[in-house]
Amino acid sequence: MRLANLIQLDMPLNTATSPHAKAPITVSTVMLQVALALIPGLIAYVWFFGWGVVINIFIAVVTALIAEGVMLRIRRQPVGMYLADLSAVVTALLLALALPPTLPWEITVTGTLFAIVIAKQLYGGLGYNPFNPAMVGYVVLLISFPREMTVWVPVVSMSEYPLNFLEYASMIFTGKLPAGISIDAITEATPLDSLRIHLGLGSSVADIRATFGIDEETSRLLSVVPIFGMFGGKGWEWVNAGFLIGGLWLIYKRIISWHIPVAVLGALMAISLVFYLFEPARYASPMFHLFSGAAMLGAFFIATDPVTAAASPSGRLLYGAGIGILLYVIRTWGGYPDAVAFAVLMMNMVVPLIDDHFKPRVFGH
Amino acid sequence: MNARLSEKFRLWRFPGGIHPEQNKSSSTETPIEAGRIPPRLILPLHQHIGEPAEPLFTVGERVLKGQAVARANGYVSAPVHAPTSGTVIAIGDYPVPHPSGMSAPCMVIEPDGEDRWVDHDSVADYRNLDPAALRNIIREAGIVGLGGAGFPTFIKLNPGHNKAIDTLILNGAECEPYITCDDMLMRERAAEVVSGLAIAAHALQARESVIGIEDNKPQALHAMREAARSYPNMRVVEIPTLYPSGDSKLLAKILTGKEVPSNKLSLHVGLTCINVGTTYAVHRAIHHGEPLMSRIVTVTGGAVGAPRNLDALIGTPMDELLAQCATRMDRIERLVMGGSMMGFAMHRADLPLIKTTNCIIAAAAAEVPRPQPVMPCIRCGACSDACPMSLMPQQLYWFAKSKELEKAQKYDLFDCIECGACSYVCPSNIPLVQYFRYAKGDIWTQESEKEKAGIARRRFDARQARVEREKAEKEAKRQQKKAALDMANARERGEAQAQSAMQRAEARRDAAMQEAGKRWGAQPPTAPESSAPDKTASAEPDKNEPAQKND
Repeated sequence: MRLANLIQLDMPLNTATSPHAKAPITVSTVMLQVALALIPGLIAYVWFFGWGVVINIFIAVVTALIAEGVMLRIRRQPVGMYLADLSAVVTALLLALALPPTLPWEITVTGTLFAIVIAKQLYGGLGYNPFNPAMVGYVVLLISFPREMTVWVPVVSMSEYPLNFLEYASMIFTGKLPAGISIDAITEATPLDSLRIHLGLGSSVADIRATFGIDEETSRLLSVVPIFGMFGGKGWEWVNAGFLIGGLWLIYKRIISWHIPVAVLGALMAISLVFYLFEPARYASPMFHLFSGAAMLGAFFIATDPVTAAASPSGRLLYGAGIGILLYVIRTWGGYPDAVAFAVLMMNMVVPLIDDHFKPRVFGH
Repeated sequence: MNARLSEKFRLWRFPGGIHPEQNKSSSTETPIEAGRIPPRLILPLHQHIGEPAEPLFTVGERVLKGQAVARANGYVSAPVHAPTSGTVIAIGDYPVPHPSGMSAPCMVIEPDGEDRWVDHDSVADYRNLDPAALRNIIREAGIVGLGGAGFPTFIKLNPGHNKAIDTLILNGAECEPYITCDDMLMRERAAEVVSGLAIAAHALQARESVIGIEDNKPQALHAMREAARSYPNMRVVEIPTLYPSGDSKLLAKILTGKEVPSNKLSLHVGLTCINVGTTYAVHRAIHHGEPLMSRIVTVTGGAVGAPRNLDALIGTPMDELLAQCATRMDRIERLVMGGSMMGFAMHRADLPLIKTTNCIIAAAAAEVPRPQPVMPCIRCGACSDACPMSLMPQQLYWFAKSKELEKAQKYDLFDCIECGACSYVCPSNIPLVQYFRYAKGDIWTQESEKEKAGIARRRFDARQARVEREKAEKEAKRQQKKAALDMANARERGEAQAQSAMQRAEARRDAAMQEAGKRWGAQPPTAPESSAPDKTASAEPDKNEPAQKND
C-alpha cells in the first residue's frame, strides 16, 4: 500500500513567504535613476559655469565612497552591498552641485566627510539619518568657510576670463590661478546674493535691473555682471530648467511623488507672488525665485530625499510647503545667499511630528 | 440590453494597487480537463473556516460517490463528501495544505473505480423553495467559499434579521497572477455560473446581482454577458485589471462605491460577495443534487509541461495533478498553492487538493524572485502608494519590527488585507507583509494570554472571596453559639445582667488588649469586631462571581 508514502518526507521543498513575485526595483535602481535625472541640470551647469562642478563631483564622489566604505567596515556592515546601493554617490552629487565651482578641494572633502561620516553613518547609515546628509555637509561648510562658500563664477559668456578644465583643476587643487588673472576677475556673487545685497543697500528691484542689465550687451557696456536672465537669475534659469526636466522625469518614472516638489514650488511661488504684488520694487518676482539658485534642485532632488522627508501624501504637502516658505523667508530676510539647505534641515526636524499627525484615511475608516 | 447597460456602469477606484506580471496565458490555451481518479483520495476534515467535520464512517467501510463521509460539527462548519465510490482505508493525521506545514485529521479513501453514485435528487424549482430551505441544501452540499477563504456559503447567503441585501456581487475579478480557474469556468460554463448566482440571489433575496470581471478576460466577459442576458437584475461589469481588485471589499468599492467599514462585514452596507466557483457549485447542488466534491484548479508554472485547468476531485494528491499536466518534478523550485501574491509555498507535493485550492504553481527557478539582501527602509513610500487600504506600511514596519504593537494597531494594522503589494514594490526587499502577519499573530497571542490571565485572576479572586466568606460565616456561627451558650450559663446562675455587663467590659478590655497586640502574641482574632472587616472584604469579591459566569 502506498499509504506509507503519505507521511514519509523524502526531500522537503523549499518554502518562502508570499508574495512569490517581486517588482524589478531596488535601492540601487532608485538611486541610479535619481543620479541620471541630474544630467540635464548638470549639462546646463557646465555650459554656463564651466567644468569646476565636474571636478567637484569627482572629488565628492570619491571621498563619499571611501568614507562610506571605511565607516561600513568599522560598523561591521556589508561594505559591497551598501556601496552598491549608490546612496553615497547621490549624496555626493547633491552636495557637489550645491558647492561653488572654484571651491578648494579640501573644503569639498571636508563637507563630504561630514555628510557621510557624521550625518549619515553615525546615525545608523542608509535609512536612519534624520537630516539630509548633503545639506548637513553644505551647511557645515557654509558656516565654517563663509568666504569660500559665497564666491561664484559668472556665466561663462559674461566672464572676463572663463576658466577651462585644466585651469579649474589647478585652481581647485592648488589654488593657483592662470598668470595675471586675479580672483576678482573670475568670481562674482550669485544673482540671489547680489540682489539681496543691493536691496539691502536700498536700491529697488527696477534700479538693480536697470543697473545690471538684462541682456549681455547692456551689461558689457556697463561692465557689470547681469543678475537677471530671461525669467530667472542669469544662467541659473537654465540650470534650474535642467533640474526641472530631470525632476519631471523622476515623477513620471514614479521614483518620487509629485507632492513635495509641487508643494515646495507652489508655496515659493505663492508667497513670492504676494510680496511681489504688494511691493514689486522691494521683492523679486515669483519667476526669479523659481528659476534662481537651487530652487529646482532643492524641490525635486533634495527635499524629496525620502529618508528625511515626511511619509504620507498630506504630510509631504505640508513638508514641501514649509520648505517653500522658509526658502523665501531666508532668501528675502536672511543673511545667506541661498536657503535650500536651511529650509530643508529645518523641515527635517519637524518630520516626526508631521508623520505622527498626517496619515492618509484608511479604507473603511 | 444588459450588456449595453453594463458598459455605462459607473466604476469607483481604490487607491494604490499594482500590475504584477500576470502569467495567465499558458494555462488558458486548452479547455478544462477532467482530473483523473487517483489511487487514493485524502479528504481533510477541516477544509473550511469553522469547526472540523466529524467522520461518519470508520476504516473498512464502503462509501458511495456523493455520500457525506463527515458531517458538519456546529453552525460554522461544513460536511465533506466522498468524491467517488470506494473504501475508507484510514482516518488519521496527514499533512494538509497549510502555511504552517502541519498535519490534520483526514479520511483516506481508496476508490473502487466504479464511481457509483449515492441516491441524489435535484430541486425541481428553487424559486418555490424558502430561502432557509435553499440554504440548508447548500449547507448539506458542503459548499464553502472556493475563492480561498473557505467560509461556509450557507452562512454567507443568510442576510440575518432586519438586514436587506441590496447587491450580490459575483467576484470574477481573479486578479492574482497565474490563477485562471474562474476565467476558464466563466468561459466554458457561464450558464451554470450565472444560474448559481441567480440561486444565491434568491437565497439572499438580493435586489440585484453584479458580476465584476477584469478586462484581461475578454472571453469570459463575453460568455458571461451572453449568459446573464436572460436574467433580470443581473449585470456584467468590466473592471480595469489591477491587483488586488479581487479582494471582496475592494471589489465592492469598485462596483458600488460603498466602503465596508473597518472591522465590519460587507453585509453591513447591504452587500455580499461570492466567488465564481462557489456559484457553480451552488448550481450543481440545486439543479443536479451534487454536493461539492470536485473543483476547477489551475495547474501551472514553469515546471509544468502542459499547464491547464483540471476539474479535479477534492482529495486528489497534488503530485497526481502535476503528473497529469506533465510536470517535471525535479524542476520545481517552489510549489505554491494559490496565486503568486497571496499563495503559500508548500513543503511537499503530495498534499491533497482541498476545496479552497484554486491554483497550484509549480514554479521553476527563473520565476521565483532571486533572494536579495534586505536593505534598510529608505521611506520611499512605494509601499504606501501601492497599498489599496491606504495604510502606511513603512511606518507599520517600524512598529512591527520594534514590537510597538499598540502603535501598530493605532496605524490600523488590522485593516491590512495581506495582499502583498507592499512587499512586491519595496526597493529594499523588505518582507513587509510577513512582518504584518507576525505582528498580528503577536497581538492575538498577547490578547489571548491577557484573556487567559484575566480569567485566572478572576478565578483566584473568586476562590479567595469564597474562602474568606466561608471563614467569616463559620466565625459568625461560632460567635452566635458562644453567645447563646454564655447567655444560658448566665441565666442558670441567675446573674445574667451583672454577668453580661462584666462580659461587655471584658470584651472591651479584650479588644483593647488585642489592639495593643504584643502581649497576646499570636492569639487568633476572636472578638466579633475583628470578624467584621472580613465580612466587608468578602462583599466585594462576591460581586466578582457573577462577572466570571458572564464570561
